[in-house]
Parts: sequence; structure tokens; C-alpha cells
Amino acid sequence: MTQLAAYSTSTGEAVQFWVLGTVAVVGALCTILMKKAVHSALCLAGTMIILAVFYLANGAYFLGIVQIVVYTGAIMMLFLFVVMLVGVTAADSLKETIKGQRWLALLCGLGFAVLLFAGIGNASVKEFNGLAEANSGGNVEGLAGLIFTKYVFAFEITGALLITATVGAMVLTHRERTERAKTQREMAEERVREGKHLPPLPAPGVYARHNAVDVAGLLPDGSPSELTVNRTLRERGQIRDVSSEALDDLRALEQRSADRLERPDVRRTDIGRPGIGRTDVERTEEASK
Amino acid sequence: MNPVNYLYLASLLFAIGATGVLIRRNAIVVFMCIELMLNACNLALVAFSRMHGNLDGQIIAFFTMVVAAAEVVVGLAIIVSLFRSRHSASVDDASLMKL
Repeated sequence: MTQLAAYSTSTGEAVQFWVLGTVAVVGALCTILMKKAVHSALCLAGTMIILAVFYLANGAYFLGIVQIVVYTGAIMMLFLFVVMLVGVTAADSLKETIKGQRWLALLCGLGFAVLLFAGIGNASVKEFNGLAEANSGGNVEGLAGLIFTKYVFAFEITGALLITATVGAMVLTHRERTERAKTQREMAEERVREGKHLPPLPAPGVYARHNAVDVAGLLPDGSPSELTVNRTLRERGQIRDVSSEALDDLRALEQRSADRLERPDVRRTDIGRPGIGRTDVERTEEASK
Repeated sequence: MNPVNYLYLASLLFAIGATGVLIRRNAIVVFMCIELMLNACNLALVAFSRMHGNLDGQIIAFFTMVVAAAEVVVGLAIIVSLFRSRHSASVDDASLMKL
């Protein structure tokens, strides 16, 4: 506590600053450079936790705890919730809409940082008084004393702001159902009247190599049928096509066995003919003898 | 170490956040960068509080946190309703006021 009043900080705090400060900057850079929003959110949460440690080191005990509870606990989890709602795999498009915008933005950021650094360097912030005196009656008590006396008007306004934000979020996300929901009977009649897909939609994974829900079933000619995959996955573009993969695997297997049995180009004539499996097994047995 | 280094760190984080707002196109990531800038400001305010030896800076940082919480609630609601109408969270797609 007494060290907080000193002009220079203790060695422990210096070590903590340089180690955690590096991690915080790396986390911030990862936040803006990661392709997926989930990774960005996690990096930002790490940076915020480190900032909480810095608050504690600066004598702001109440703010340090509030930072962890409110920021990383509530706000970042709200972010993650929305990221999951909007689609985890939706990666940012890397195509530039405005030409050279990325470099200009980088230049702007760099110039801004230089300006801020120069400003701080020119300001006379050599004397640090420390919070030992202000925190003597307890940090929380000191803050409460100020909030309910000097800043009481701002505090009241904050309450109004929070209520407005709550109502605003409810208005923005709430959707009133304007028309009646269709009953099952009406939907069935509509389907018959339209005349296409009278039976239920085909299941995913039928005649494919996997039976996962995101693997499209194969039509008789071997092409995948998008109709078999759930509509949500279809809209997100999360259909896995294994038909070509499977054919490639099969071809590679044939090639390997042909190489081992030293009969080149046999697969071209044999593939697709019935009885190939049995002759292959017999030949393998001969080779092993 | 001089405690003024906290101010340098805060300005660096603020500049990184500002760059992120400019270069990213995913609305959620842009929003996260704004949060990063707010946090950097809070760090500077806490350092100022220590510099002057009174708690006013911490009070301002506390109010910033409250405003940030309100802002996040409304902003995320806007992003969700944008995603509902356009099926995308990219800020490039939101070029029209009304669909």
C-alpha cells in the first residue's frame, strides 16, 4: 500500500506489468486478426482479465472485481451467445470492398498510436501521488462516498440509461406474430396441392459413406442431393460432400493393391465388374504365400 | 518502472481497437473492438486516479463500465435483428436502411 505512493513502482509490479502487458497486447492483436469471431471473443476475454489484474495493481480493487464479474463474466458471455446464434462458422470475408482500405486503416491506427504516445510523452506526468491516502478508509467505501454525494446526479441518469437499454433490447429483439401459425393439417394439404415432395424429405447420409446429418445423401448417379440436408445447415453452407472423397479413397486403395501385386492398370478394366472382390482376395492370398 | 507506462499500454490498446474497427467487416468483431477501446480508456482512467491520488478517475471508469454494459445490450440486439433480416452479420451487407 505504501509503495503505491512512491514515484516508482516495486520490482514485482514492474515484472507483472511487462509480462502481462505483453500478453494483453498480443490478446488485443489476436482479437482483431483472428478470422473467426469465437476466437476473437476468447482473446478479448483474456485481455480483459489481464486489465482486471492491472486495475487491482493500481489500487482500484472494486473496479478490478467488477471488471471480471461484469465484463468477462456477463458482457463477453453475451458476445459469445450472439456469436453462437449468428453462426460460429461464419468467417469474415477477406475480399476488400474498397481498394487499399486495409493498408489505409493500418496507417490510420499507427498514426493514431504515434499521436497518443507523443501526447503522453509531452505531458508532465512524472509525479504519481498514489492512492494510499484515498484508499485509507477502504476502496469501496471511498467510491460509495463519492457516488452518493458528488456524482449522485450522474448515478441517477445511469439508472435511467439502464432502464432505456433494457426496454430497447426487448423492443428490438421481440417479434410479434402477425399471422396465425399454420396447423399440421393445412401444411399437409398445401404439400399435396403443390404436388412436389409428397413423402417426407429424404434422410441425410443415405448411400453416402457416412451417416452424419451434414453429409448429403447420394443420388443414383453419385451426385449429392442437397435436399437431404437440414435447411439450416443448407443456408449456412455447411454441407459436407464425401462422394468425391470416397471415390478418391477407393481409387487410391485399388492403386495400392495393384502396386503391391505388380499388375499395373488392372483397376481400369476390373473396376465396377462383379466378382472383383473375390478375385482380389484370392490374388492377395497367392501373393502372401 | 514509472507508472506512466500504464498510460502507454492503454493508448496502444486503444489504437489496436481503433484499427480493428476500421479493418474488420464482421459486425460482432467490430463491436468487440469498441469494447477493447472502452477498456483501454478505463485503464487510463484508473492510472489517472492513481496519479492524482483521488478516486474520481475510478468513478468515471465505473460509469464507463455501466454505459458499456447498456451499449452492449442494445448493440447486440441490433446485430441480432440485422442478422434476422439479412442472414449475415457483415457490415457491408447492411447498406440499405430498409429491405
